[in-house]
Amino acid sequence: MDVINSTKKISTKNLTIIALLVAFFILLIILEQVIAPTDRMNMLLVSLRQGSIFALLAVSMNLLNGFTGLFSLGHAGFMLIGATTYALFSIPLAQRTDVFLWFSDSYLIRTSFPEVLGNAIGGPGMIMGMLIAITLAGLITAVFAFLVGLPVLRMRSDYLAIATLGFAEIIRALIMWQGLGTLTNAGNPLRNFTRHVDLNITIGGQTFGLITFTLALLSAICIFVIILIVSSSYGRAFKAIREDDIAAEAMGINLFKHKQLSFCISSFFVGIGGALLAIFMGTVAPIQFRAAMTYEFLLIVVLGGIGSVSGSVIGAMLFVFASMWWLRGLDSGAFLGLERITIGGFNIGERVFVSGFRLVVFSVIIMCVVLFFRRGLLGDKELPYYVKKLKDTIVTRITRKEKAGVSDG
Amino acid sequence: MADNVLRLENLTMQFGGLIAVDDISLDVNKGEIVALIGPNGAGKTTAFNCITGVYEPTNGRVLLNGEIISESYPRGKMKDAYKGKNKGTYNKVVRHTPDKITYRGIARTFQNIRLFKALTVFENVMIAKHMRAKQNIFTATFRLNWKEERRMREETMALLEEQNLAHLKDHTASSLPYGLQRRLEIARALATDPSLLLLDEPAAGMNPQETQEIAEFIRSVREKYKTTILLIEHHMGLVMQISERIYVLDFGEMIAHGTPDEIRSNQKVIGAYLGVVEDAEN
Amino acid sequence: MSAYDVFQLFFPYILSGISIGGQYALIAIGYSMVYSILRLINFAHGDVFMVGGLFMVFAAASFPLWVAIPVVIVLVVLLGFLIERVAYKPLRTAPRMSVMISAIGVSYLLQNLALYFTGGLNRMYPAIPWISDTISIFGVTTRRVTVITPFLVVALVFILVWLINNTKIGIAMRAAAKDFDTSQLMGIKINSVISTTFIIGSFLAAIGSILFFTSFPGVFPAAGAMPGLKAFVAAVFGGIGSIPGAVIGGLLIGVFETLIRGGDIILGPAGLGILSGSMDIAAFSDAFTFVLLVVILVFRPSGLFGEKPTDKV
Repeated sequence: MDVINSTKKISTKNLTIIALLVAFFILLIILEQVIAPTDRMNMLLVSLRQGSIFALLAVSMNLLNGFTGLFSLGHAGFMLIGATTYALFSIPLAQRTDVFLWFSDSYLIRTSFPEVLGNAIGGPGMIMGMLIAITLAGLITAVFAFLVGLPVLRMRSDYLAIATLGFAEIIRALIMWQGLGTLTNAGNPLRNFTRHVDLNITIGGQTFGLITFTLALLSAICIFVIILIVSSSYGRAFKAIREDDIAAEAMGINLFKHKQLSFCISSFFVGIGGALLAIFMGTVAPIQFRAAMTYEFLLIVVLGGIGSVSGSVIGAMLFVFASMWWLRGLDSGAFLGLERITIGGFNIGERVFVSGFRLVVFSVIIMCVVLFFRRGLLGDKELPYYVKKLKDTIVTRITRKEKAGVSDG
Repeated sequence: MADNVLRLENLTMQFGGLIAVDDISLDVNKGEIVALIGPNGAGKTTAFNCITGVYEPTNGRVLLNGEIISESYPRGKMKDAYKGKNKGTYNKVVRHTPDKITYRGIARTFQNIRLFKALTVFENVMIAKHMRAKQNIFTATFRLNWKEERRMREETMALLEEQNLAHLKDHTASSLPYGLQRRLEIARALATDPSLLLLDEPAAGMNPQETQEIAEFIRSVREKYKTTILLIEHHMGLVMQISERIYVLDFGEMIAHGTPDEIRSNQKVIGAYLGVVEDAEN
Repeated sequence: MSAYDVFQLFFPYILSGISIGGQYALIAIGYSMVYSILRLINFAHGDVFMVGGLFMVFAAASFPLWVAIPVVIVLVVLLGFLIERVAYKPLRTAPRMSVMISAIGVSYLLQNLALYFTGGLNRMYPAIPWISDTISIFGVTTRRVTVITPFLVVALVFILVWLINNTKIGIAMRAAAKDFDTSQLMGIKINSVISTTFIIGSFLAAIGSILFFTSFPGVFPAAGAMPGLKAFVAAVFGGIGSIPGAVIGGLLIGVFETLIRGGDIILGPAGLGILSGSMDIAAFSDAFTFVLLVVILVFRPSGLFGEKPTDKV
């Protein structure tokens, strides 16, 4: 029985996926060396960076909202904790007085992991320091999630949504509070921390960029762990809670414990995603982490398909590529040549394609998905399922043709 | 009594001013099939919900294998509002959530089938195995529990084969015909290794032939898994055929108790059912 | 400190708190009514309120005010009606999560549309004569709207409660809130009931937006998000489905929020003298609402006047 043995042997399907992933990452490294930062194609790299971080953030949200059926809207708050934690533990000491302008003599955290380890053992140490700071970001976020979970996870579904949304605001208020300014910089942007631009390796005068590769790899590892969780015994328990919590409880699944588990794991990865986003953006400004940001991720998850990991990845990539690159012209006066149309002195390029139009088009697309393609791109299935289905259709078509050919002959 | 599996002592459940279950006491012994019957609204499902920890009883005690799994007395608002009997007999509170009760060995099915609809037949049963697996989130994620996982898979497959559901293992639960859904729900409950199985109207909505099948199925479950069964059922034919003893509830009160033959001729029961007995027996 | 000084210290905050609270209450009624019938948190409601503000900005630029105000109210009502028809009605049989996502989608769309049409700039709200005049009351200088709001809210609520208790459509609404499916079986035209609910909710939101933005620096795309969420909390606090509850919830949140916003002054050296320096208590004026929400949901999920929901196993 293949079900029984599937835990032990690596199937050809998995081998194909691994091979494709390795190929993708090699391609990524090559692309990064070939494309100059000034090149127009650099947009591809930038989009891939942001896209992979968004993918992780969307998948983490999906773990909670899609797989466990907990409609949580605290995403932005938890991202903020992750981003802030990372920044606080990686701003080099020399930069701190500059960053903590109002608290230049009283700021509390005086350790920068990348700096300490970087000074001790050089380049690899700095990377290790970054990884420690990123992991810490995840852990601290998970601790906060645990505390938030204590009251909210006992609430009914829609109250859970509004309460988590509320907690995200409370977290933001705390981080922006002057009283904690010595710790958090009280809402003033955190910057100058160790970033991906520090990840270039110089060998013999030649610099190799590894920015995109590193960000994508970290996201991919996290997403892989989430896939492992979702397909484990605990993942099945999460899905059981989503399907019918009363029946799940009658099957011996402790609802609160499992919801709390899912909430903390999801938030752990949201924290890591927040840290990566901080690395990508270069500044952490708490004012940006509003409910609208949570909505954006929710809509990405819906676009990809609630309950599909690969769907969330594709949704995130589409979202980022469209808004960073493909639909950019909608904001800047040129899109598919439509800008040349002028109706009665009303030039579309000048009057319609102005700042903000891209987001309008985007929201309309999303509303269409929500209303007419409720299952999103992939529904609750994963990409390999569709590949297999496609293959099956092609095979049946070929055999049918062959049969037809035989009967003809 | 050494072989007592389930015992209810003076179980009372009051909702607001309404007493849904009124001072019922009941025993189920090892290996028995016992039925709890009564007209609609007699309080049968409420009694089930008290046993499985969905509700906290207002007063009374539930014991499983001699151990108290639920006990309560009128407290808080109920302290003054309580209209039932035996006030003051109980003064402890023992409360477990439904999952803990399942862990202690009571599994149940639901009146309106509650399967994990979008999941496969196989997953439905695997989920019931989760509770007793020796694993934690870390070992499960990184597959360090592969021996446990394999055991769970093997046992699930064995169970599905015994229940003739193996060929449907990859179908989603919602795609099964009604009768098979009932059967899957029972299989899922069995997967928790219960010492007592509670079946809430296992034959509801079934035609005579399916009902006959489920009767045989329930018997075979008892033989194969050495479980004790307490069932709620409206279908008198089924009840009379498979149960050793019958308890009858009416308006929350226990009005009769005895063997099928005794119940059949009990005037109180006939009065309570009036006509329903003849109807259902065809 | 004399009693009069204490009064002088607190009065301006309480006055403006009641006023803001009244405006929250008007939005909260829309949330509460929609939730009690559809079990939907209409995330777009706060944005409808914001769009109401923008309509006014644009309408006042083209029409005289006596035309602009009714036009804005009609447009906002129309918007609320259309949102329900386009974004919620097609999902009537879908899981509740889908409808909630649709509401979030509409909120996102409205905010982005606002961003596009305003260019992301803060738009000055037109001064409405008489109600935005400055007046002095017990030595406190304020706009007339601050004093009018509570009276207007009470009047509107009385009319609304009367309508709900005495008209056919009002009875239908209460029936639908009690049991959606059964009310349909009883021959209630559920779609017209729901539309009416949205129309009433949007009408009140339009009034609320005129009152709110008059005493506010301006309208910007995210201006509706926070008041919207707070109004929802007010509805939950008062007990979802209860109109007086929504009003009391709104007033309480408004008063506490303003008191917290002025916390540093009230408690500081110039006030009660409890604090010597600034504690930046004002940072929690928004967060307070959500603390209140969590507390109420944990200890009394049905709110002050709500009915306890029952789940059947």
